[in-house]
Parts: sequence; structure tokens; C-alpha cells
Amino acid sequence: MTGRSRYLDALIPWLLPVALVAAWETAARLGFLSARVLPALSDVVIAFWHSLRDGTLLHHVAISSRRALYGLLIGGGIGFALGVLTGAVPIAEKLLDTSVQMLRNIPHLAIIPLVILWFGIGEEAKIFLVAIGSLFPIYLNTFHGIRTVDRGLVEMARVYGLSSSALFLRVILPGALPSILVGLRYALGIMWLTLIVSETISASEGIGYMTMNAREFLQTDVVLLGIIVYALLGKLADSATRALEHLALSWHPAYQTKMAVAA
Amino acid sequence: MRAANINLRWVSPLGFDDPAALVPPAADRDIAGRPGKGLAIRFENTVKSFGERQVIAGLDLEIPAGQFVAIVGRSGGGKTTLLRLLSGLEAPNQGRVLIDDNPVAGLQSSVRLLFQEARLLPWQRVISNVGIARTPGWREAAQAALADVGLADRAHDWPAVLSGGQRQRVALARALINHPGVLLLDEPFGALDALTRQEMHQLVTQIWQTHGFTTVLITHDVREAVTLADRVLVLRDGRIALDLSVPNARPRAAGNAHLAALEAAVLKEV
Repeated sequence: MTGRSRYLDALIPWLLPVALVAAWETAARLGFLSARVLPALSDVVIAFWHSLRDGTLLHHVAISSRRALYGLLIGGGIGFALGVLTGAVPIAEKLLDTSVQMLRNIPHLAIIPLVILWFGIGEEAKIFLVAIGSLFPIYLNTFHGIRTVDRGLVEMARVYGLSSSALFLRVILPGALPSILVGLRYALGIMWLTLIVSETISASEGIGYMTMNAREFLQTDVVLLGIIVYALLGKLADSATRALEHLALSWHPAYQTKMAVAA
Repeated sequence: MRAANINLRWVSPLGFDDPAALVPPAADRDIAGRPGKGLAIRFENTVKSFGERQVIAGLDLEIPAGQFVAIVGRSGGGKTTLLRLLSGLEAPNQGRVLIDDNPVAGLQSSVRLLFQEARLLPWQRVISNVGIARTPGWREAAQAALADVGLADRAHDWPAVLSGGQRQRVALARALINHPGVLLLDEPFGALDALTRQEMHQLVTQIWQTHGFTTVLITHDVREAVTLADRVLVLRDGRIALDLSVPNARPRAAGNAHLAALEAAVLKEV
């Protein structure tokens, strides 16, 4: 591929967004779009600049990120541990899987009223909801990943005298890792969704609070800013997982070819 | 990979009953020059059933230390079960399996098994696959074993970039690293192309000659069996239908008339 066509290739995905933004800005400037419906992008950028300078944006982002991270760590940790347990120990699967599947089928956002009754509207409520939301995708994919590890490899490892812990660390866990990482990416999506909903319903800090507060004062530009920040944070988390995948799955032929193309 | 250059004087240590028509060529029966690290194998009236189906039906078999035995037979004839009994992956329902006069109970560290597929861990580099048991000093031992199979320069590659034959060679190195007394080969060459298979034959013969372990090879390929082994067994319905010794000296030429006659004799019984 020549240098020029590579640049063109890199540009193509951005053509449509840039055109849309240009159309939006023009429509807002010419007054076709009321600022209450959709403010001009330049107004959003100004709102971004203001909230960045007085520190409110970073404050809210930090609060939201902390909730997301804690919730993910707790929920993901429990999901992973349960998945390993049920995946590796048949009696644990018999005992736990049915119950977990029943709980999984409850939409976790449906328990918000109950959560508010239990925890009030403090940090615990949001972290709890995020944890519940990210638990199940990680549980399911860990369980599935462990169950689908090549039996032949496990048998080989036994023949070659690996202890149970070595078998788990060197054969089962790496074999299940691609599936676990799929679960993690899925959990990240649910994590942001849950956080947005729970912050919108009741909060005194965080991006959700920032946007709801702005809605009261008809600051559509700040509302839009909050939405964009959510999108960016989601994209950032997804990129981080993809980087983790590249790091952890560098042995995988699919990742090797990708890296060869990039190099 | 130049097996032909290594010319150890080695022939079958014991004469087994040949069909009268097959006159073995004159052979030198001196085995003193070999490092005798192989372990003897004995099956005593061994029975193994899966549910109603009796796969091994009262097997009595003795394999002296260091012998290269090939077992041929149709699919479902009990060949793989026999190897799994030897490696301790399965336990017999009746009778005993003894290695070096000790009954096999559980997995045996002196027995190594080469599977039909290489079964390398794709997430570990070649050298870490060879030293999978992580015994003390495994890096040096793994490097030496890789050199034995001619893959010393691939130690730090991922298994995914190796060819099928190279993967089987890595698996062979993994089996050799702790100097097993018995090497079990479960059709490890079946999926390879003809040229690669021939290379693997030379390699296995050469390594067997230097290490002196007892070898049990399972194969569908009768020609492969008579080319490689000291002794060919036909397993049919869980019993030994034919027990034939192959006294030809190594290296064995492909077109040898005596081998062809043995091959025909085996094929009649399969």
C-alpha cells in the first residue's frame, strides 16, 4: 500500500462524522436549530472550556469514573470467582448455576427502587448497581471460557504431571482468557449504562448529576457536553480493554497478524 | 535430522515366532552398545470395558525393555485404550499392567505419551511448552531436547507459526525432556504429509536408538509399522491376532522385499 492511499484509508471513517458536525454547526448558526433543542457545537466546546477551567468537569468525571471502577472491580471480581468455581467444580455448578441464571434474568435496573430503600442515594447504591450489572457478563463468559478449554490440552497437562494450581494457571486460565475478555468488554458497556441511569436518577455529584442539573437551568450545551463525555469515557474504557487483549493474547494468531499489518 | 548417518548396531533383542515362510535376514544380535534406559512392560490378563463393550479382552503381553513395538488394527480395536492403560489415564477392570515390574496406578512419570495432535499450549512459547512440567533446570533441558529434534532455533517462537511437522517435533521434545523409560506414540504421524512423515520416522528412530526407551507405536499404516518397529502386533477385538518380529537391520530401505512380505502378512490379519 502506498503512503498516500494509506492516508486516504485512515480518513474515510471520519468523512461522515465531520460532514455531520459541519451540517450541525451551520444549521445552528443560521438559526434552523433552536439552542434549546441542539446548541451549536462551538457552544458545547465553550461549555467544555468553562467547566474545565473551574474544575467542575474533572471533579464530576473523577467521581463517575471512581464509581464505575469500584463497581466493576467488585462485580467483575465476584463474577470471575463464581465463574471459575462453577466452571471448574461440577458440584458448584449444580449448586449455584440455576440460582445465578435466575438472578441474571432480572433486569438489574428494575431493582433501583429497592436499592434506594437499602442504601439511600449515596455512593453505595451506585456502586452496587454497577457491580450487579457487570457481574453477570463476566460470570457467564468466565464459565463458558473454562468449560470450552481444549480437553486435549488438559489431559496432556495431567499426563505431564502438572499440579492442580499449575494446571489452572498455565492451561485453564489462559485458555479461558479470550472469552473472559469478551465478558469484560461487554461488562464495560453495561457498567456505563448502569452508571448513567443511576446518576441521572439520584446523585449530588458525577456526570449524570451535572447533566440533570444543567437540564434544570436549560443549559442544553452542558447536557450535550455530559453525553459526549460519557461517549468518550466509554470509548476510552473499550480501547483500554482492547490494549489489554493485545497484551494478553499476543500468542493468538489473530493478534499476531494484526500486529504484523500495523508494523 | 540425518538419522541415516548414525549407525548404531541394533536389532531386535529377542527372537519372536515368525511365520515359517518369512525367513529373517542374517542379523547381528549384539545390544551391548546401547544405553539401556528402557523399561519392560507386561500386561497380565488385562480387561478393560466401557459400559457393556469389552475393548481389551484378557490381554497377556510382554514387551522387553528397549523394544520398539508397533500395534496395528482397525479403529475401535482397542489400540488407543491400550496406550491409555499404559500411561495410567485409564485403569483396567481386571488384571494388571506392569511397567518395570511395578503395577501402573495413576499417571506415570516414566511414561510419556505423544498424541495424534501435538497438543501444544498456544499461549506458551516453544521452549516453555517443552519444559511444561517446570522441573528444576528445565530451560537447559528443554533447549537440549529441542536441539535433539532439530528445532533449537525455534525455541522462542509461538506454536502458531510452526508447521504441523514442527509442532509434532516440539511435542516429541516435550516427551523426551525428562528421559522417559517408555514412549507411547498414538498415531502422531497420521496428519502429516508423506515427506514430513518420513522425516519424523527417521527422527524417531534416531532418538530411540540414542535414548534406548521402550517404544509403543500405534498406527493404521502397516508399512509404517514394519519400517519402524522391532515387532508388530495386530490387535483385533481386544486380543492379539498376530505377533510378528521384524529383524531387519536399520536403516531400512523402503523397497525391501522381506519388509514387503511382512507387510503382506500383517495386512492379512488386520
